[in-house]
Amino acid sequence: MKLNGAQILINSLKSEGIKHIFGYPGGAVLHIYDALNACNEIKHILVRHEQGAVHAADGYARASGKCGVALVTSGPGLTNAVTGIATAYMDSIPMVIVSGQVSSAVIGNDAFQEVDAVGITRSCVKHNFLVTDINDLANVVKKAFYIATTGRPGPVLIDITKDTTIAETEFIGYPESIDMRSYQPEIKIEANKITKAIALIVQAKKPIIYSGGGSVIGNADKTLSIFTRHTGFPITQTLMGLGAYPASDKQSLGMLGMHGTYEANMAMHDSDCIIAVGARFDDRITGNLDKFCPYAKIIHIDIDPSSVGKNVSVDVSIIGQVNDALSALIQALKDKQLADITQWWAQIETWRGVDSLAYQTKTGVIKPQSVIEALYEVTKGESIVTSDVGQHQMWVAQYYPFDKPRRWINSGGLGTMGFGLPAAMGAKLAAPEMDVACVTGEGSIQMMLQELSTMLQYNTPVKIINLNNGYLGMVRQWQEFFYDKRYSMSYMDALPDFVKLAKSYGHIGIKVEKELDLKPALVEAFKQKNRTVFLDILTDSTENVFPMIPSGAGHHEMLLAGRDNMASINDKGLNLV
Amino acid sequence: MRYIISVLLENEAGALSRVAGLFSARGFNIESLTVAATNDSTLSRMTIVSIGDDNIIEQIVKQLNKLIDVVTVTDLTATEHIERELLLVKVDVNQQTQADIDKQIDIFSCKIVDLSEDTYTIELAGKSQKINDFLASLDVSKILEVSRTGVTGVCMKITS
Ligand SMILES: Cc1cc2nc3c(=O)[nH]c(=O)nc-3n(C[C@H](O)[C@H](O)[C@H](O)COP(=O)(O)OP(=O)(O)OC[C@H]3O[C@@H](n4cnc5c(N)ncnc54)[C@H](O)[C@@H]3O)c2cc1C
Ligand SMILES: Cc1ncc(C[n+]2csc(CCOP(=O)(O)OP(=O)(O)O)c2C)c(N)n1
Ligand SMILES: [Mg+2]
Repeated sequence: MKLNGAQILINSLKSEGIKHIFGYPGGAVLHIYDALNACNEIKHILVRHEQGAVHAADGYARASGKCGVALVTSGPGLTNAVTGIATAYMDSIPMVIVSGQVSSAVIGNDAFQEVDAVGITRSCVKHNFLVTDINDLANVVKKAFYIATTGRPGPVLIDITKDTTIAETEFIGYPESIDMRSYQPEIKIEANKITKAIALIVQAKKPIIYSGGGSVIGNADKTLSIFTRHTGFPITQTLMGLGAYPASDKQSLGMLGMHGTYEANMAMHDSDCIIAVGARFDDRITGNLDKFCPYAKIIHIDIDPSSVGKNVSVDVSIIGQVNDALSALIQALKDKQLADITQWWAQIETWRGVDSLAYQTKTGVIKPQSVIEALYEVTKGESIVTSDVGQHQMWVAQYYPFDKPRRWINSGGLGTMGFGLPAAMGAKLAAPEMDVACVTGEGSIQMMLQELSTMLQYNTPVKIINLNNGYLGMVRQWQEFFYDKRYSMSYMDALPDFVKLAKSYGHIGIKVEKELDLKPALVEAFKQKNRTVFLDILTDSTENVFPMIPSGAGHHEMLLAGRDNMASINDKGLNLV
Repeated sequence: MRYIISVLLENEAGALSRVAGLFSARGFNIESLTVAATNDSTLSRMTIVSIGDDNIIEQIVKQLNKLIDVVTVTDLTATEHIERELLLVKVDVNQQTQADIDKQIDIFSCKIVDLSEDTYTIELAGKSQKINDFLASLDVSKILEVSRTGVTGVCMKITS
């Protein structure tokens, strides 16, 4: 059968089982859009900005575990997509981005809407391809999906020149499988590493499991739970790992790191054996590396060798899938006796007793934390929650205990404001039966507002919970603590009337100013199954996120809410962000 | 420490820029980098000299391995190996300096590959240190142009 390049692309995507594409047309992709128009199996979501397309594909991927797909035109289409691509890259999200490119004959001539897509994206993709020959196209698509979804997942860009989409060739079918000598993602766990790890685990008197995004990405929640219950060890999870192990379980100490709980951070600090599971020792976790976990032997499970030993040197590295590694450990532990850790748990309970997430209520103002608690109650903890970036993001992580993976969708590594709304739209398309809430701030929401229009067009009902504190709150908090309250440019002036705005986009808008109205408004919003509801909730503008480890400090030097511990930061810390 | 890393990679457009981009993006330092085709036309061999501590080199090797186009990465300095670099240097010669230059050429076993009335173009292959030593033996003011290839190398034992 003779097909043109655009048709081969669409055929290939169909063969990959793709059901949704998020995109935006333009000159270089007109042939592709023409082929898409003739295809009934794939639904195209026309976003309002290419960054929104990539975030939506990202939210879709995070909620479903499948590969997200975005389609953008050359030049500005591609550059608009870059923030989305970098966001997915930092959080290891499987995604294929197809971009149009000018015709091969004019590449390099500063042609209309030409940018060096492969060059621009090189450092924020897992891999990228420039296709200039129609006969390579199907193979490249196969490779792109294979690379994006295996090993440590990540975004892969396919840049296709316009002439490639127009050219015709005999299409012999989409390749069934692919073998690349330079890319071998299947890794077998080394048995001797398991033996070494077990030797440390059985001796541990103060063990802790530190689980991260890899447990979610690797669909390892069940194995992780078996391992955790079998050992009886305490477990703490990173921002990206939340949900892999049920937060409401008593072995869970909550999140660790800069805004982690007291018990999680103290346990990390005092531990003699840390089992890191699909986590990458990010600087939000380690704080000051010189003070990080001074007493611990570290076992590190990760699929990516470059994550191991990058920031922290470890005692045993187990390279491979979380599922495989934990299964091997569980197997090897069957006939082993573990050390008694009752004392350790007793110590942890005293730290837990500090109740580091307690916050003071004030009459007449809505505390942001209480909004998240109410959200949890109203949704019975069963909603998918996306967030933007800032204080509100941390409050969700702290006050909405996720018991299942792929329910918590946020940008951790890049910290991209604007992520939450399009990601919620993508998540809703991936899981239409689920409630989806987008917790945001009046700063972040204004970065991707235009997607409200897309959400109406494709009927993706989302509940937008705008914690409107009138400030770029996270910035304000740092300025309060570390810049002597010089609030430079952190006040969000001239805010729109969000209720009217939501209405003008055809959605429901509700303003909540009083505590008493909070619960009913939330209940009403979730009752509207088929409508997007924008809740503009005026919250305490002076509230800060606690606990907090100031940059440069150690885990045991946490700041707690309402206690006499004036925030301080040393010069080394000020160099950090 | 100075490390020589040998990389076998797919001979694809853009492969070189991926490696070069990786070094600049991650702040790794490159002393020299050479690349050319191998006996298998689908593969290129790249030899990189970098300076760093063990941790940095470990990360460099891991990050190189992570590049999709890279087939194998070998730290030559971790095994017995042979390294060579080629120098072409053009020097100013006149009656007063000729004897001295001829003597250095003799000591270092260089080749004169081109002569003109008042210049020599000298070729020398060897370890980088030898090339440094030879250049140091010349009168700086007489050196007109230096061009070095950067290091290439092979393991002495058979590797895949
Ligand atoms: C405002 C703000 C504040 C933040 N504060 C905190 C904080 O207090 N605490 C916190 O934890 N984070 C915080 N973060 C997030 C932080 O920046 C990092 O994104 C996060 O800590 C990284 O999580 P992770 O270590 O789980 O790694 P991820 O980025 O999720 O990486 C996953 C790791 O697992 C590996 N992996 C992937 N798949 C598999 C598999 N199948 N098998 C084995 N390994 C696999 C990968 O190679 C990688 O090393 C904050 C972010 C923002 C924006
Ligand atoms: C695109 C982008 N620009 C700037 C920042 C830096 N930044 C991090 S949090 C924040 C404030 C966010 O304000 P808001 O959305 O109102 O959330 P709040 O902290 O008030 O809850 C800013 C500006 C960022 N993360 N992303
Ligand atoms: Mg705000």
